[in-house]
Amino acid sequence: MTRLVVGPFNRVEGDLEVKLDISQQQVQQAWVNCTLYRGFEQILRGKRPEDAMVYTPRICGICSVSQSVAALRALADVQGIKMPVNGQRVTNLVLANENMADHFSHFYLFFMPDFARPIYRDRPWFDKVERRFKAVTGTATAEIVPARAEFLHLMGTLAGKWPHTLTLQPGGVSKSVQPQERLRVLAILQGFRAFLERVTIGDRLENFVALDSLEALQSWAAANSIESDLTLFLEISEDLQLQQLGQAGDLFMSYGNYPLNGEYCLHPGLWQQGKKPLDLSLISEDISHSWMNQSQAQLPPISGETEPDMSNPAGYSWCKAPRLDGKMVEVGAFARQLVDGHPLARALYQDSRSNVRNRVLMRLLELARITIAMEQWAREIDPSQPFFEDNGQLMQDGIGIGTLEAARGSLGHWLEVRDGKIHNYQIIAPTTWNFSPRDSQQQPGALELALQGAPVREGEKEPVAVQHIVRSFDPCMVCTVH
Amino acid sequence: MINLLWLQSGSCGGCTMSLLNAESPDLIKTFNAAGINLLWHPSLSEETGSEAVEILDAVDCGITPLDILCIEGAAVCGPNGSGAFHMLSGTDRSMMEWIERLSQRARYVVAVGSCAAFGGITSAGSNPTEARGLQFDGEQRGGLLGDEFTSEQQLPVVNVAGCPPHPNWMTETLMSLAFSELQPQQLDKLGRPRMYSDHLVHHGCPRNEYYEYKASSEKPSDFGCMMEHMGCVGTQAHGDCNTRLWNGEGSCTRGGYACINCTAPEFEEPGHSFVKTPKLAGIPVGLPTDMPKAWFVALSSLSKAATPIRLKENAVSDHIKVPPKIHPVKKKR
Repeated sequence: MTRLVVGPFNRVEGDLEVKLDISQQQVQQAWVNCTLYRGFEQILRGKRPEDAMVYTPRICGICSVSQSVAALRALADVQGIKMPVNGQRVTNLVLANENMADHFSHFYLFFMPDFARPIYRDRPWFDKVERRFKAVTGTATAEIVPARAEFLHLMGTLAGKWPHTLTLQPGGVSKSVQPQERLRVLAILQGFRAFLERVTIGDRLENFVALDSLEALQSWAAANSIESDLTLFLEISEDLQLQQLGQAGDLFMSYGNYPLNGEYCLHPGLWQQGKKPLDLSLISEDISHSWMNQSQAQLPPISGETEPDMSNPAGYSWCKAPRLDGKMVEVGAFARQLVDGHPLARALYQDSRSNVRNRVLMRLLELARITIAMEQWAREIDPSQPFFEDNGQLMQDGIGIGTLEAARGSLGHWLEVRDGKIHNYQIIAPTTWNFSPRDSQQQPGALELALQGAPVREGEKEPVAVQHIVRSFDPCMVCTVH
Repeated sequence: MINLLWLQSGSCGGCTMSLLNAESPDLIKTFNAAGINLLWHPSLSEETGSEAVEILDAVDCGITPLDILCIEGAAVCGPNGSGAFHMLSGTDRSMMEWIERLSQRARYVVAVGSCAAFGGITSAGSNPTEARGLQFDGEQRGGLLGDEFTSEQQLPVVNVAGCPPHPNWMTETLMSLAFSELQPQQLDKLGRPRMYSDHLVHHGCPRNEYYEYKASSEKPSDFGCMMEHMGCVGTQAHGDCNTRLWNGEGSCTRGGYACINCTAPEFEEPGHSFVKTPKLAGIPVGLPTDMPKAWFVALSSLSKAATPIRLKENAVSDHIKVPPKIHPVKKKR
């Protein structure tokens, strides 16, 4: 048995270290460690509830808006307030802008550069992939960095700036959209659609979204006219059999996303060999393998405690281990599309469950689906109607929960206000689910499970298969531990 | 070539995300134009694990010359000064120690963002992780590297403060260091490049006419000035946010919310709500920068009395209710 420690594990957001036990050229066991603790849940105690809108986005610079949306929903839940429909549209647009920019950056900057590593120099696709995806110097980076920046102009127009806006509020948005700004947003979205269609997907977004089976996807990609970064990925995936890499568990969750007038654009729920309802009250956090005070091994988030303590002999991460009814869960774009019921997601699940290929494909599908939805929300903005509603209510004591789907999966904030101050604030981020340590039942987290069986070549210190698997989750470590 | 090494300490990664928003030209072109060679960056570089550690070790022992060391995020010194809240993964060393060591090797040290500069959000509340800036603890000089620290080129830590900083604040500071142009007198007393810190957020704010007449916004989405009620400190905050916009056409005040002075030390603990203006006898406690109090009070009451109907109405509206009057063209005879 050989022990490898891979770190600093980069091209993920934040600090990550992975320990691997290897024998027979395979990973036997893995342990995931989030190596940075910042203590936001401690910082928030005693603060004014409304100031959560300043602190929580700063948990994460890449999921900043997602944190804002969770916080505003938790605050709105305490106060029992609703935002006008224009406020919902703009909130959806701003959240989708961040989520889609994240999917876009993940594919090009974080995930694809690993196929341009010299280890693949004997593959038939290597030369073109190296030219296109080499980290920093590849042609893709030169193209997508400006395209991403231009797409994020939507933030300048609707939210002042990104990251870390204060536009999003429990009662709506602080920026009322003027007629000329609505048109500007439509123009920005057209520019992004054009880039996706020309470069990333290689076809009308609607045609890609309409694919409903693995066969349909394969024959679409084989069509002569389609040459894109997506089809290049499919070629690599076919050659390396990425659908056999990184399978985790069989329970998937989505809190649902982009609600408008009570209807979700992406529906919430669970998937376990079929769609099931989701009950948030079944969530608890296990800290048996975390560097946390061990007085309570498992607590639901609303009464959760965060007291760092390195003396736990079983501890190996700052991350807690969230579980649903005691079970390990995978979250993210694959889970979200599966739960929502997109035919291609269901077909991929039937074919090969969750794995590197399917996670990446579902992010690209979501890029197409949600860009189309964004156009719809922008068209429907009505500048003559209010964007913010002053509910005139003082912050009362109570409990609030705010949930949504960030780019990387299910994000929840659990808030208790007592005597007008934040009494407790607990955050469970997407990567807290995916990259959790073991729990008191010795159940590994989703990544720890997905890494078991990963192939390791002779002499590899950072097994490339391990890198593909880790990055296929698009982990965000700064959110994970906060 | 100018070797640049970028490390993330107690941060949210938002400064890097903002850096990637650089435009005209974009980040990659800017680095190329300045001759900057990215030795390693956690979000962008290929090298991972031992490959990355090799790069750091080569700098640490002086084999690879280091021109610019960028640290994003606060130095995390807890628990009990050990730095164990943030070990650089794959190494048995705290990030705190890595920063101390690599700073000795760098021609220039840049604290990227308010966390690295002063502690920032990471040091808020009870500061559970003992977070500090590189050369400041909040407003006090000191920090991890100490008051006396200067890098090899005799510059103190350059504090590109902001939460996050505007991409151009970062790229222009890096260019100016790459060209060996940045002089100590071009930093303000908080170590911030005066290129952007000699400006106020108030400059170029589209709500200036409302400010002049004290026509104030009362709730989010109102058009009026946000100083009187909504917590805005743009008249005191250093930064060219409204003359050089964010993500195309944005800024905080253009987004309809208060400037919270994120380029300043200790902005994270204002001692009052971020979005409500503290007042004494009905007068906002914080005065516009360089303005004598008596004059401010006198001018405010005078201008309030003179507020045009148009501004009074529009200030509490989310659209232009009363448009500016169109004057007939008067021809001079």
